[in-house]
Amino acid sequence: MEVMTSDHQVRSVNEDQCQMCMPLGGVIAFKGIEETMVLIHGSQGCSTYMRLSNVEHYHEPVDIASTALNEKQTIHGGEANLRKALDNVIRVYNPSVIGILTTCLTETMGEDLDLMISAYKHDRNLQGVDIIPVPTPSYSASHTEGFWSATRRIIEHYARATAETSGINIIIPHISPADIREIKRIIDLFGIEYTLIPDYSMTMDRPFGGNYQKIPPGGTVPADIARMPGAQATIQFGLTCPEQLSPGEFLRRKYNVPLFSLPLPIGLKNTDRFISVLSELSGRPVPEVLLLERGWLLDGMADAHKYNAEGRPLIYGEPELVYALCTLCAENGATPLVVASGTKTGNLETLLSPILPDACEKTIFLEGTDFAAIDQAVEDQRVNVAVGHSGGRFLTERRGIPVLRIGFPIHDRIGGQRIRSAGYAGTLSFLDRFTNALLEMKYGSYRQHCLEETRGKGGY
Amino acid sequence: MENTCSVEPKAFINERQGSIIASGKSRANIHCADDSLAGSVSQRACVYCGARVVLNPVTDAVHLVHGPIGCATYTWDIRGSLSSGSEMYRKSFSTDMKERDVIFGGERKLAVCIDEIVMKYHPPAIFVYSTCVAGMIGDDIVAVCKLASEKHGTEVIPVESTGFSSGNKIVGYRAAADALLRLITPKDGVDVKKTKKLNFLGEYNLGGEKWLIEGYLQEMGVGINVAFTGDSSVAALKQAPGASLNLVQCTGSMHWLAMRLEEEFGIPSMSVNFFGAENTAESLRRIARFYDDEEIIRRTEILIEREMGRILPGIRWYKEKLVGKRAAIYVGGAFKAVAIIRQLRELGMEIVLTGTQTGKPEEYENLSNLLDEGTIIIDDANPAEIEKFLIEQKVDVMAGGVKERVLATKLGVGFVDHNHDRKECLAGFDGAINFAREVYITTCTPVWGHIRSPFNMEAADGSHDE
Ligand code: SF4
Ligand code: SF4
Repeated sequence: MEVMTSDHQVRSVNEDQCQMCMPLGGVIAFKGIEETMVLIHGSQGCSTYMRLSNVEHYHEPVDIASTALNEKQTIHGGEANLRKALDNVIRVYNPSVIGILTTCLTETMGEDLDLMISAYKHDRNLQGVDIIPVPTPSYSASHTEGFWSATRRIIEHYARATAETSGINIIIPHISPADIREIKRIIDLFGIEYTLIPDYSMTMDRPFGGNYQKIPPGGTVPADIARMPGAQATIQFGLTCPEQLSPGEFLRRKYNVPLFSLPLPIGLKNTDRFISVLSELSGRPVPEVLLLERGWLLDGMADAHKYNAEGRPLIYGEPELVYALCTLCAENGATPLVVASGTKTGNLETLLSPILPDACEKTIFLEGTDFAAIDQAVEDQRVNVAVGHSGGRFLTERRGIPVLRIGFPIHDRIGGQRIRSAGYAGTLSFLDRFTNALLEMKYGSYRQHCLEETRGKGGY
Repeated sequence: MENTCSVEPKAFINERQGSIIASGKSRANIHCADDSLAGSVSQRACVYCGARVVLNPVTDAVHLVHGPIGCATYTWDIRGSLSSGSEMYRKSFSTDMKERDVIFGGERKLAVCIDEIVMKYHPPAIFVYSTCVAGMIGDDIVAVCKLASEKHGTEVIPVESTGFSSGNKIVGYRAAADALLRLITPKDGVDVKKTKKLNFLGEYNLGGEKWLIEGYLQEMGVGINVAFTGDSSVAALKQAPGASLNLVQCTGSMHWLAMRLEEEFGIPSMSVNFFGAENTAESLRRIARFYDDEEIIRRTEILIEREMGRILPGIRWYKEKLVGKRAAIYVGGAFKAVAIIRQLRELGMEIVLTGTQTGKPEEYENLSNLLDEGTIIIDDANPAEIEKFLIEQKVDVMAGGVKERVLATKLGVGFVDHNHDRKECLAGFDGAINFAREVYITTCTPVWGHIRSPFNMEAADGSHDE
């Protein structure tokens, strides 16, 4: 596929990437399952790079094994390496689950993983270790699809027709551990039982202390995943999730679990929708504390509305987060002027158009794009603030545009895993950051600006 | 020196046992040329990465990665190399191979990408890197580059860095050296003038290190012709054959190139090391002696005396705080390991563990002789091993790369960054004091006082989870 630029030119070369590769998304999903180790089937470099990206963002030791194929093995097949790798991973990490993600290389080789794994399990008489392979060739999709695919495959692997339970399912896109914890806190306030998947809120953000464990404690429990088909409903924050990869869609089709497809609870209206669904499902009124938090958010929005109206944002990153942040900015009077994602969902514009006010300026939508195209759009639209991951750092260096770090990867600032933007409280902390970035710019330049703009123009 | 590890160090995976030895005790050679073992979490990268690391600092070249998108994403602006001119090298170009290209071949798309780049930027050179997938489907990047060179009249240089031919970065260094030779070999009829200046191989201008050393050399009366490759430009590299001496800093990546430069252009080479004050002084003196010029020698001595006098009180202060602390080293190559060992010793510290990703047998032999009896030496370590030894050996501070950093801090162990993306200048006299300061602030931070909790004491007794 080619990169589409804002003036509808098509380009073959991708210049400054706005996406990561597909197995990386799968790694994060698997890290949210209890007692799981991940194995990348391919050459060593890919897995080392994925570790590095995760380590730089999460500041945690993120162990990812590799089958470390070399040239000979790519010609003769990677089965021997795969078996050896499984032996070693089991010996050193003693996991209950092994997630195997393929790479471009092994997909090109056309390895039949299912066959190899069943032969391995049979030969080793393997008990107590579940091996779940997921095809993740980066030449066909980005880390976002990798995340959804792996999550869906994990559910498909464990889900069994079970008796009805009183709980609900929560399926999340790739968000920060802090946001996962916030979503869990909100559900707990309604007293509902739930299974949230993939829950990497502890595994990718561990508190200091206790014995160091190679596989960090936490994560969604496989036995709970097995019972997901019996849930009252599924809430999936996945408006942009392609249907064939959608875990919630799978549970709905195969097990008739009602699906609430909601935007991420980031922003006032988005959080309202989440809260009202929770209220409906639990049959309980909205807890006092959430009403208070909502009140503080509204108060903050009122205080800052005039500052926010000066924002001319670019919002980029993974589609689900981009969607939620766009609605947040729009509801505060800062209409996004450039909306971009390295991932190609095909529906961002359709989804967002109705909520963007009919301003005189038209928003530019870029999907499957790169930063060269984004940079051009930023110039055309006179963007003055950017919201997204570290990939946009050049906008500050070259154009002096502040970049509010959110999403993945954040490698040039600390604390990406602790950025909380979900719920009313999280929305308010994001909004304050947004407003303050605009204020910092204003105070940094307004004296000079006024001097240049007004002096000598009064006509006397 | 007392050592808490009385038995032979143990690996978790039996096949890895040969890659871990205790210095002095075991005469057996360490296994280090092996490919990474399947299923162990190796810290090694790939051939492409090795090549990219060497060539990336060529500031005005375009670096185009021929492969699926990820290989490029992960290496975008990866190094801390600084530029005094073009910023082109900090961009990341990918042919973004898709399924179609994998099935029908990616040569056509590669050619189109080159055309687009030339149209937009007119760069003096484009390095085209091959990746695993490009290699696997058999794309002939050499042919595509040749055609493109002729078509556009610009240098389009293939870098044959298909990642899987070995997990070892050294193969990538070699691919990069090949590409550099292609670039600097004068075309027919081009005459490169000989000068008294020197080339500086294996210097990547991390944190401005090239500029700092260049300042010393200028004061001595010696000029740098071009560095390979820190803050270099394509035009400057083409003048490389005109130098009268090659300084070689990182043997891992540049030794072979130095040999070839000697064969092709008759430029002798000299190993230097600017990590640590002693090493720096020694290297400057050797350079001065090479020129055999009274004036240069005199100026060099003045410079060394002044700089030493300037930094020694500071170093002494840090040494008092650091003496007797226990250090571990895990870095890319043996050259760096040796340099760090020497520097840590100058600070009065004990080295209890040393390892590299890509050491060669001779280098390990050398390391083993350098270290105290019983010091653990490890090749291509995995996190489980590093963790085990950090705890067992009661390490206070570790020097390594990003991936080791989080493990160390999780265990309450100090950490010194010594990798490609560091922002600090660690070379020369200023670097020596910066290094001492880095070691001090992390070894002696008040934070460890708060988090060395009873849990970790338990862990130190070996009762941690395995
Ligand atoms: S595919 Fe090969 S070249 Fe690309 S990152 Fe992986 S190991 Fe390196
Ligand atoms: S080969 Fe594929 S999986 Fe590996 S780094 Fe490149 S894009 Fe990612």
